[in-house]
Amino acid sequence: MNNELLRYIASRFAQLMLIVFVAVSINFIIPRLLPGDPVQTALARLQSTGGAQNLDIQAISASYRARYGLDAPLWQQYINYWSDLFTLDLGVSFANFPEQVSTMIGNALPWSVGLLTLATLIAFVTGSLLGARLAWPRSGPVIKSVVPLMMILTSIPFYLLAIILVYLFAVVLKWLPPAGGVDTTRIMRLDWATTEDVLRHALLPCLAIVLGNIGFWALGMRSQMVSVLGEDYITFAEAKGLHPRRIFIWYGMRNALLAQVTALALSLGSVVSGAVLVEVIFNYPGLGSLLYVAIRGQDYFVIQGVVLMLIVSLAVLLFIVDLLYPLLDPRIRR
Amino acid sequence: MNGFLRALQRNYQQGRISGLLILGLGILIAIVLFGAIGPMFVDAVNAQVGAVRPRMPPGPDYPLGTDSQGRDMWALLIYATPNTLRMGLIAGFIGVGFGTALGLIAGQFGGIVDAVIRVISDALLTVPAIAILVIIAGNIDRMSTVVMALVVASLGWMFTTRTVRAQVLTIREKAYIEVARVNGESQWEILFREIMPNLMPYIIASFVGTVSGSILAVIGLEALGLGALDEMTLGNTIYWSQQSSAVLRGYWWWWGPPIVVIALIFIGLFLTSVGFDRFANPKLARQ
Repeated sequence: MNNELLRYIASRFAQLMLIVFVAVSINFIIPRLLPGDPVQTALARLQSTGGAQNLDIQAISASYRARYGLDAPLWQQYINYWSDLFTLDLGVSFANFPEQVSTMIGNALPWSVGLLTLATLIAFVTGSLLGARLAWPRSGPVIKSVVPLMMILTSIPFYLLAIILVYLFAVVLKWLPPAGGVDTTRIMRLDWATTEDVLRHALLPCLAIVLGNIGFWALGMRSQMVSVLGEDYITFAEAKGLHPRRIFIWYGMRNALLAQVTALALSLGSVVSGAVLVEVIFNYPGLGSLLYVAIRGQDYFVIQGVVLMLIVSLAVLLFIVDLLYPLLDPRIRR
Repeated sequence: MNGFLRALQRNYQQGRISGLLILGLGILIAIVLFGAIGPMFVDAVNAQVGAVRPRMPPGPDYPLGTDSQGRDMWALLIYATPNTLRMGLIAGFIGVGFGTALGLIAGQFGGIVDAVIRVISDALLTVPAIAILVIIAGNIDRMSTVVMALVVASLGWMFTTRTVRAQVLTIREKAYIEVARVNGESQWEILFREIMPNLMPYIIASFVGTVSGSILAVIGLEALGLGALDEMTLGNTIYWSQQSSAVLRGYWWWWGPPIVVIALIFIGLFLTSVGFDRFANPKLARQ
């Protein structure tokens, strides 16, 4: 640990705080900028679509006005908003009154984090390896022929791939379950049967995200490798008579991976956006499905809570990637 | 016209116009023509709910079948495709216009303005766009395709800003800018007469990327049910097919064709952007 490193971590942490601050503020300000009272509108729409009783709505609405002081001046509301966040009070669900939004998010979060982490890691590792092979001059035409496939995969939104996967593997072939996180009759225990069930359900959504991202990593790695292999130190290593594989892995890939990690940090946002929709397609019990159900049910505070959660967890992920970076690149550590 | 053709021919011989660019533009032109010519032959009435017999598989009467609400999928596709493209184009124009303006300001004037623009655009780049768009779109009462394009454009400018700013900073150091300054050109003249023309390749590349990103965001929001549900778009078609469990019930002709058209749009845009890279950067073409 030295000063430079500390300063680096501090600046990254400041960025994390900034993103959280901006996100919370946007979340607070946008509904208030737009005309009309969002709570009232949402409740009215909920009522018109049926289901809720008149009495319930008034009770919820009144309790909200009192508790959140929606008639108070804007700055007062803003301070209240922050203090509620610190006590993890995100409000209650309209559709599942009186369940707390924070509880609902707490139930959904592990599913999303698990699915996304697994899928992103698989896509990143296999994609980077494949991309490196593509850049190797000795790779045969068989490997090179996957380039157009990778281009097609990167350009198609991966929730559309998800629809095709469901149709092929769950509807036509019936190999895998079409939806959900576990069998509906499953009692969650820490045993092999539950684990297998969870994995079986996660396979297709995971595959959709992996297929949708692998091309991005492969093409990125390929172009990085091509430019790294053109560097002088590679020529020097060749002149020293090092084994080509050693040059390729320890001189080439190690350096090309740096740019890949930077790209990982920048692409997480779009990965999360796509994963939200993949969850919707598979009715996977994560944040994406929670958001979808909340949008359909005009469940205002759930929408707000999930959006906030998405932004904050992404900012935290980004921070973690930033912390990993000095481990890979000694120039930052120095 | 003759000169234009000759320039085209020369560029082709130099390898600047690659097969990728031709293929990409070809796909895009084909899709645009599909949406432009189609309505002359197919009546919009059949794309309305309840116009035809529901749940018909593709056959002689309905080339792409009908959905469970009685819409002719072929007619729907013809009217939905231009709507989706238009949203992408509007959002692309606004996003790139706004992004270029901010990038120019940040790069040219520097200082505190630059710092503020940079911090905001960097922070917004890392946030999952769909989260903020959901909040905005979810709070709009009367959604339409134009409003949707505006919503998406509100987060479609950061990448352009970043690129333009970086380029302005590079170009400003070039010798010919120094010459212009010594010749007595004002800051504005330098910005628009010397810097802008050199930015064009980057702005065009950003435009292709922004249109692609905007269409992606629009379809995503529509698939979540936040679009203008009474208008015909590709994303809404996906939404309705999801709502009716078309995948599980095996109505592949309902969600399949829109997916194919969407995929073609994205592949076309992707190939165009890769091809344009080769066109704008002759070093790549020679490889």
